[in-house]
Amino acid sequence: MDWTALRVSLWLGAGTIAILLPFGIWFGRLLAVHQFRGKVLIEALVTVPLVLPPTVLGFYLLVMFGARSPLGQAFQSLVGQTLPFSFEGLLLASAIANIPFVVQPIQRGFEAIPSDVRDAAACCGLTPWQRFARIEVPLAWPGILTAAILTFAHTLGEFGVVLMVGGNLPGETRTLSVAIYDRMQAFDDRSAGVMAATLLAIAVVTLMLTTTLSRRVGLRRG
Amino acid sequence: MADRRLSVSLRQQAPIPLDLDFTCDPGDVLAIFGPSGSGKSTILRSIAGLYRPEHATIRANGETWSDTASKAFAPPHRRAVGMVFQEYALFPHLTALGNVMTALGHRPSGERRPRAEELLRLVHLSDHQDRRPQQLSGGERQRVALARALAREPAVLLLDEPFAAVDRTVRRRLQDEINELRRTLDIPLVLVTHDFDDVVRLATRLLILERGKAIASGALTDLTSRPDLPWLREAVGLGSVFDARVVRRHSQRGLLELTFDGGALFAADRALDAGATVRVRIAARDVILATSEPPGLSLHNALAATVSAVAEADGDRVVVQLVVGSLLLLAEVTRDAIARLGITVGARVYALIKSVSIEL
Repeated sequence: MDWTALRVSLWLGAGTIAILLPFGIWFGRLLAVHQFRGKVLIEALVTVPLVLPPTVLGFYLLVMFGARSPLGQAFQSLVGQTLPFSFEGLLLASAIANIPFVVQPIQRGFEAIPSDVRDAAACCGLTPWQRFARIEVPLAWPGILTAAILTFAHTLGEFGVVLMVGGNLPGETRTLSVAIYDRMQAFDDRSAGVMAATLLAIAVVTLMLTTTLSRRVGLRRG
Repeated sequence: MADRRLSVSLRQQAPIPLDLDFTCDPGDVLAIFGPSGSGKSTILRSIAGLYRPEHATIRANGETWSDTASKAFAPPHRRAVGMVFQEYALFPHLTALGNVMTALGHRPSGERRPRAEELLRLVHLSDHQDRRPQQLSGGERQRVALARALAREPAVLLLDEPFAAVDRTVRRRLQDEINELRRTLDIPLVLVTHDFDDVVRLATRLLILERGKAIASGALTDLTSRPDLPWLREAVGLGSVFDARVVRRHSQRGLLELTFDGGALFAADRALDAGATVRVRIAARDVILATSEPPGLSLHNALAATVSAVAEADGDRVVVQLVVGSLLLLAEVTRDAIARLGITVGARVYALIKSVSIEL
């Protein structure tokens, strides 16, 4: 069992949620509430990472992060190391790859709020920010929760993008799913089996948690 | 008085055509009546600031809420407006009490809970204050919505089809409660409805809306006693609406004695106290005309009247307007009857009305 890889995986999952959730709430709500030109194109772009082969996504991210790109150069001059093959680079790649998993459930969550309810909140004297915090977020909560759990589960299982952008550096970019592949290559079936079972257990527990939480939300709402 | 008046002027071509001006004084209930799609809800949403028509001037509470000419616009949360939405739009994640407290943000935090409880008591919902909207019946939800609208201490109260989702008996009770509240509120109240029963029961003024235009507007009693409103005749049938006072009940005879400016009426008995004011509607189709007081009829009401106007309706129908004391009544009769009885303006006739056809 590669505990370091497990730690990298868990940090990557938590970090991706921390980066992506605020963005997802802002952007998902924007798509749910506002009608604007080019919305269909933006919705398609948001979904692209979902259907793209991970190697293709990884390739473009590598190009974007490379020493010749403005982003790669900026990161190198600020932090003093390259973006690819670092945990930071992996985190950024993971955040981009997970955009559809965050934006779509949150968008559906906000779309499910009747416009009359939103209007009633305004007529109750709530400012736009109060309406968001006291009415909209509590009502879109199941969508937000689904987004967080999907992102976490998907990050833990991601393989192609991790290998392309992060490589296989122990303690830095070697996640549990990469470690499984690594052990299999070395004919260490036992270690691979333990780690695969760990990932399976985490997946089952996560899904059980989702079901329980969403049922509780359902109860609370009558 | 004048500065607490609601005055509204709306104009736009599309997407929903609007072209009307109206005012509503404190204590008045203005009913905007018209078919679905005539722009009724849009008018209320414009007053609340939820919709911005191309040209709008809206003044209330001594403030300018909208004025497109000077680009003035107060967002909905800065307008002291109470709105009851058609489907109530309660917050599903909050209890009845929580819903009402949400609209009490203008009060110090310590006062909000007692005030919300007081408002729920006012709408007879004290027992249900910890229930969520899903656990309440349609009528109860409507009451929560009303309490929430009042919580804001509104300068204008707006009701959008408030009884569309409740059954007949609950509707009657809610109408009575709103009527009672209205007397204590003293603010302009605008009611939008496609059900004329709401108009008869609640309104003091009426505006008939068709495709965003006011085709008639005025005091309810004046408008409902006009013989020349074919639109109203087709939609709901003509009939005068006025207020009368209960004199006494004749329970054994199954009658209720009423008095109005210039006469007495007998209606079918109902549990009402002497001295109470009741809204009465007499449908034009239920009024029979006679040139002399006929003997030997089962009727209780034979009112001496003078013909004040005769208007042709479609086909063979004629609408006759009658003066009874200070009241105007309408009678819808055939062209043949007019000719046979020789009815012209100034003729003296009797209006015969069955007690059971007087709508209270």
